[in-house]
Amino acid sequence: MNFKLKTLAAMSVAAMLGAGVAQVASAADDTIVLGAAVSLTGKYATLGHNTQDGYNFTAKRINETGGVKVGSKHYKLKIAYYDDESTSARGAQLVERLIKQDHVNFVLGPYSSALTKAVAPITEKYKIPMVEGNGASRGLFTKGYKYLFAVLNTSDYYLRPAVAILAEEAKKEGRDPKSMKIAIAVENDNFSRDVRDGVLEDAKKYGMKVVIDDKLPPDLNDMSTTLTKVKALKPDALLISGHDKGAILGIRQVAAQKVYVPMLAMTHCDSAKVIKKFGKDANYAFCASQWDSNLTYKDRWFGNPQKFAEDFKKAYNYDPPYQVAESAAAVEVFADAIERAGSLDPQKVRDALTKTDMVTFYGPVKFDSTGKNVGKSMVLYQIQNGKYVVVAPSKWAKTKPIYPAPQWDKRQ
Amino acid sequence: MSNLSVLFDAPILLVQLIVSGILVGAIFALVAYGMALLWGVMNIINIAQGEFVMIGGYIVFFLARAGVSPIFGIPIAAVVMYGFGLALYRSVIWRIIDQDMFISILATFGISILLQQLGNQLFGSDIRTLPSHLPSLFLAGGMVTVPEIKIVGFVAALAVGAALVVFLRYTRLGQAIRATAQNARAARVLGIDTDRVYAATFALNCAICGAAGGLVAMTWFIQPYLGLTYTLRSFMIVIVAGLGNLPGVILAGTGLGVVEQAAGFILGAEYQTAFVFLLLVVILVGRNMVLARQRRYLK
Repeated sequence: MNFKLKTLAAMSVAAMLGAGVAQVASAADDTIVLGAAVSLTGKYATLGHNTQDGYNFTAKRINETGGVKVGSKHYKLKIAYYDDESTSARGAQLVERLIKQDHVNFVLGPYSSALTKAVAPITEKYKIPMVEGNGASRGLFTKGYKYLFAVLNTSDYYLRPAVAILAEEAKKEGRDPKSMKIAIAVENDNFSRDVRDGVLEDAKKYGMKVVIDDKLPPDLNDMSTTLTKVKALKPDALLISGHDKGAILGIRQVAAQKVYVPMLAMTHCDSAKVIKKFGKDANYAFCASQWDSNLTYKDRWFGNPQKFAEDFKKAYNYDPPYQVAESAAAVEVFADAIERAGSLDPQKVRDALTKTDMVTFYGPVKFDSTGKNVGKSMVLYQIQNGKYVVVAPSKWAKTKPIYPAPQWDKRQ
Repeated sequence: MSNLSVLFDAPILLVQLIVSGILVGAIFALVAYGMALLWGVMNIINIAQGEFVMIGGYIVFFLARAGVSPIFGIPIAAVVMYGFGLALYRSVIWRIIDQDMFISILATFGISILLQQLGNQLFGSDIRTLPSHLPSLFLAGGMVTVPEIKIVGFVAALAVGAALVVFLRYTRLGQAIRATAQNARAARVLGIDTDRVYAATFALNCAICGAAGGLVAMTWFIQPYLGLTYTLRSFMIVIVAGLGNLPGVILAGTGLGVVEQAAGFILGAEYQTAFVFLLLVVILVGRNMVLARQRRYLK
């Protein structure tokens, strides 16, 4: 019995190790291996899988259309994965392993700002370029990293368009934007604090008054106190940021307590699937997004955003959220930079990355000296009649925002 | 502090805070009730308490998807969780009874991690909610709103609490549970099968958590990692109520709910939880001073 158990344990350990090794095959002559530690288990598992799907889908597409051309030779892309279990320490450890043991020359980012923060010092130490699409924290780009490149907008840009719309609408009503009152409720984490900083900066620019500024503890699962305050102080806009949880709590409890605000704006509505969950209770909410499939960019490998979304859905059976898109864009940026560098040398590719100036289905990509993408802007949706419609930036907006939202008793 | 003056200008908001606090606190109290029972009878601090809530929530969620109304889903979840509790007792928990409390903490901590990861594998890390399909009540000209689902939660918490008191006081098993809690060895001498009593107590706690989980899914949301909040909160409520003081658990739960709402309103949400834990420290220090004085008299 005991012997059997021991054998079983040994076998399962061997199987686990085997699985780990099997994932990372060494680069053959005609393949370029990109290393990635993403969250396949743990609290970011869903979004980590989105990241992985985005990477795989793009690598496959690039390989099918001739691969990456370096000099006169065509290379195939291959991605080596590890599961970082959604923990920072594990992520850093695994990226070090990718670089030192598996000898990858290029690293794709993990999911979330926290994990990117943990990984960036490692890629920096070994001078290996990392292109990431899922670390939006502003703090990533103030540390002077030279090998970190992000295709997405930093998190402080998420709700800035909402403040801009509020100012425009105030002018339309003949009110001074200075008279507008804003309520902020954010989760007390890196991402949401950045979102809040962006809002505070813009509110200050317009002279708007911030009447509520609540930082919800990460374990909080109820925001009725904040909403009671909203009821008392009657701000013109309530801005919420707290990943999926914040979006769900916001829409659920604003509707349940029938709290009226002319503008309710938040992040992560689409990944939280608020329309599906709450139906018409979600109407009139503004939602910040990195990307939308209705935008009109051109792309070398996918054609355009609509094509990307359609092809992706065919392959993976779900509509791509922006997390998929930004991960896909990261792979494209690598392919482009490697071709321009004409070499697989990390340093040369890094130098080519700094000169990136391309348009992808995800948006224009152009890095500033800190490595963040200054080419694209955020998208703001509004939920109108149970559908997301783009209302900002006005260049791609199909519809005008509805402001103020109707009172609760006037809604159907 | 400007929020304090808002409260003076519109005292009706205080009513809203108290009502929300009591309704929120009741669900926490329900979970704490199970923890107090387990702690009192078996001397086990159950770190996996919140995970039981999570599983209960998912049972009700998936039943609702299959077309079972959540109101009926809750008792079903309780029954399923009772069975789950029995199985868990027979496999793990019986080994840690009469052991050092540290062992019980370790064992249940392990169970909690296991359940979290299993939940994540089986259900995914998406945040799920159940529509309650219940409207909100508007009182005092709309200044006080009460979502009816929270009232349902409150009533259910009270009903389960009352049923437990009756059960413990008047049924054979309930009396056996209380006898075992008082003195397990004496109970065994008098012919009580303490092993069965322990199994029933543990399963009962799981059933309570299962029911609470359903209420949580209907009022807020469920996710594989929500457990810790409920474990910590119920731990705190049990400590404030005092061990073995089951009616006190309901009082402490709702009281803490109200304090939390008030602190969140006046100090800001970032101090909401912090304030409650600060209060816990004050209560512990205060109680220790009272006890120290009593000990002096005993000398």
